[in-house]
Amino acid sequence: MAIENPLIRCENVTVSASGKKLVEDVTFELGPGKFVALIGPNGAGKTSLFNTISGFYRPSQGHITFKGQDITRIPAPRRAKMGLGRSFQNIALFRGMTVLDNIKLGRHAHLKTNVFDALLYLGRARREEAELRRDVEERIIDFLEIDHIRHAPVSALSYGLQKRVEMARALAMQPEILMLDEPVAGMNREETEDMARFILDVRAEWGVTVLMVEHDMGMVMDLSDHVVVLNFGQVIARGTPAQVQADPEVARAYLGSGNVDELRERLRAAARPRAEAA
Amino acid sequence: MRIGTLKESYVADAALFDSRTQHVWLAIAAAALLLFPFMANDYWLYMACLVAINIASSAGLNILTGYTGLVSLGQAAFMGLGAYTVAILQLRWGTPLALNLLAAGVVAMLGGLIVGVPSLRVKGLYLAIVTIAATFIAHFLFANFDFTGGTSGLSMRPARVFGTDLDTSFRLYWLIVPVTVLMLLGAANLFRTRIGRAFIAIRDRDISAEVLGIALLKYKLLSFGLSSFYAGVAGGLFAYFFRVITPESFPLSMSIFFLAAIIVGGMGSTLGSILGAAFMTMVPELLKLVFDLLPGGADLTVFLAPVRLVIFGALIIVFLVFEPLGLAEMWRRTRRFFHLWPFKN
Repeated sequence: MAIENPLIRCENVTVSASGKKLVEDVTFELGPGKFVALIGPNGAGKTSLFNTISGFYRPSQGHITFKGQDITRIPAPRRAKMGLGRSFQNIALFRGMTVLDNIKLGRHAHLKTNVFDALLYLGRARREEAELRRDVEERIIDFLEIDHIRHAPVSALSYGLQKRVEMARALAMQPEILMLDEPVAGMNREETEDMARFILDVRAEWGVTVLMVEHDMGMVMDLSDHVVVLNFGQVIARGTPAQVQADPEVARAYLGSGNVDELRERLRAAARPRAEAA
Repeated sequence: MRIGTLKESYVADAALFDSRTQHVWLAIAAAALLLFPFMANDYWLYMACLVAINIASSAGLNILTGYTGLVSLGQAAFMGLGAYTVAILQLRWGTPLALNLLAAGVVAMLGGLIVGVPSLRVKGLYLAIVTIAATFIAHFLFANFDFTGGTSGLSMRPARVFGTDLDTSFRLYWLIVPVTVLMLLGAANLFRTRIGRAFIAIRDRDISAEVLGIALLKYKLLSFGLSSFYAGVAGGLFAYFFRVITPESFPLSMSIFFLAAIIVGGMGSTLGSILGAAFMTMVPELLKLVFDLLPGGADLTVFLAPVRLVIFGALIIVFLVFEPLGLAEMWRRTRRFFHLWPFKN
C-alpha cells in the first residue's frame, strides 16, 4: 500500500526501551484527509508509536517523515509547530490553569510574543492575545460546546469534559494531523457518541487528517477509513474496517484464538482442577 | 452582593483589573502609596522601603518557584550580584542610577542563566541543592575578590538623582516603590501571555508541555533569567538603601526568607508575592513589639534573632499544611464572602 505524497510515513520504525522492543519494524502511511485508527490489545505499542511520532521517544531504527521531510531527529516542540497536534491517553491538562488558558496554550508555538512584549503587554502581546482569544472562542470553544466552563479550573471538570478540553487544546495547535489517544476511554455511551460527532465535525470543517488510537471497536469501525492493527509492537494486519474485522489474525490477537470452541475447551480445562480441589 | 461582571469585548475580559470595585480599590491603594511618605514617620518609611525591596525580589522568586515549579534557594545570591554590581559601578565609574540598576539586573540574570543550565536534568530537591551551592560560591567570590572589597565589603555614597542625594528613607521611597510597582506590573502581565502559560505548563506537566510545542530548556532558562533579573534589581535597590554591603549581607537564611515569603503569601500569584513579602518582613517587627510588652523585655532581646528563625520555620509548616495557597487564597476567600453576602458561598 503505497500512497502518493503521504502526510506521515513511518518506515521500519523500531523503538526500544530498557532492552524491550516497544515498537518493532513498523511501516505505515497516512494519506492527507484520511481517518486512520490504530488498534491492538493493551501493551501492543500503540501509545509508544504515538509518542515516537510526536517526538517524545526517539526510534532506534527507521525514519519518520512528515510531508516528505524527515523528522526523525527533530525535537518535539518543533514538530508541534509543523502541524502535529495530539491529545493524551491519561489526560494531560495543566491543572493550575483554567480551561481557556489550557486551550490557549495549544497555540503556543504559533505565537510570537517575546519576553519584552509580555512584560509590557502593549502592542504585539495585546494584539496577539486578543486575536487568539477571539479565534479560540469562536472556532473552538463554540464548536466543542464548552463555553459554560471556559473560566473553570480543569481539575473541577468531569472526565468527559476534560477529554473534550484536551481535544480543544489539540485543535488550538492548528494541526494538520490530529492524533487522538483513546479519545473516548472511560466514557459512557452518550459521551462517546458526542465525541464521535465532534471528531467527524472537526474532520469535515477543518479538513484535518486524523490518527486515532481507540479500544471502542464500534467507534473504530464506524469512523475510520483505514485500520492498522498492532500486537507486540508489530503490525499484524491492516486494511478497511471490514477487512480487519474478518482477519483471523486480529481475532487471535484479541482473544488468544480464533476458534471459539477451542477457547471454551481451554477455559473448561482451566476450571477443572480447581473444581476437583474443592 | 455582586451579580456578575459583564464585558463587551475579549480585551475587557482579559484586563488585569476588570470590575468597577477593583478600579476604586486600586485608586485608593495608589493614593495611599502617594500620601504615605507625608504621613509616616522615619521608622515606617524605613519599613516601607524594606518591604518594597523584599516584594520585588519575592515577585522574581515567585516566577521561578511559584509559576515554573523550579525550587530555588539562590535568590539572596542573585540579589548579592545585583548589589555588588551597583556598588562597583558607582564607586569606580560613577555611572547614573538607572544604568546601574539595569546592569544589576543583567549581571544577576547572567548568574541565573548559569545556575539554571542544570535545571533541564535535575529537578526538585536536587535543583534546590544546586542553587544552595550557588549561594556559597557567590559568598566565596564576594569575600575573596579585591574589587568586591573582601570581607569588609563596600560602602557607597548616596545615589544622586537630578542633583538630589537619596539619603533618607523619604527620598529613597520615591525610587524604590515605583520600581517595585513597575516590576509587579511586569510580572502580572507576563501571565496573561504565552510566556506565562508556558511557565505554568512546565510546572504542571513538563513532558506534555514539550509535545505541545514548548522548548523546555529555553523556558526554564528564561524563568531563571527573569527571576534573577528581578533579584538583581532588588539587590541594587538594597545597595542604595543600606549603602554598605558585605558578603554577610546575603546569607542562605535570606534565600530561605524569600522562599518562606512566597509560600506564606501564595505560590503562583502576584498578590501572593506582595502579601507574603510584606507579612514576613513585618513578623520580626511584630515580634519586637511582643517582646517589649513582656516583663523583662530588655533581657529577652538576645533571643530575638533565634526566635525569628523559629517563627519563620513554623509559618512555613503551618501554611503548607493548612493553607497551601497562602495569604492570597485567604484574601480571595474573604473577597468571595463579601461578593456573595448575604448568601453562603
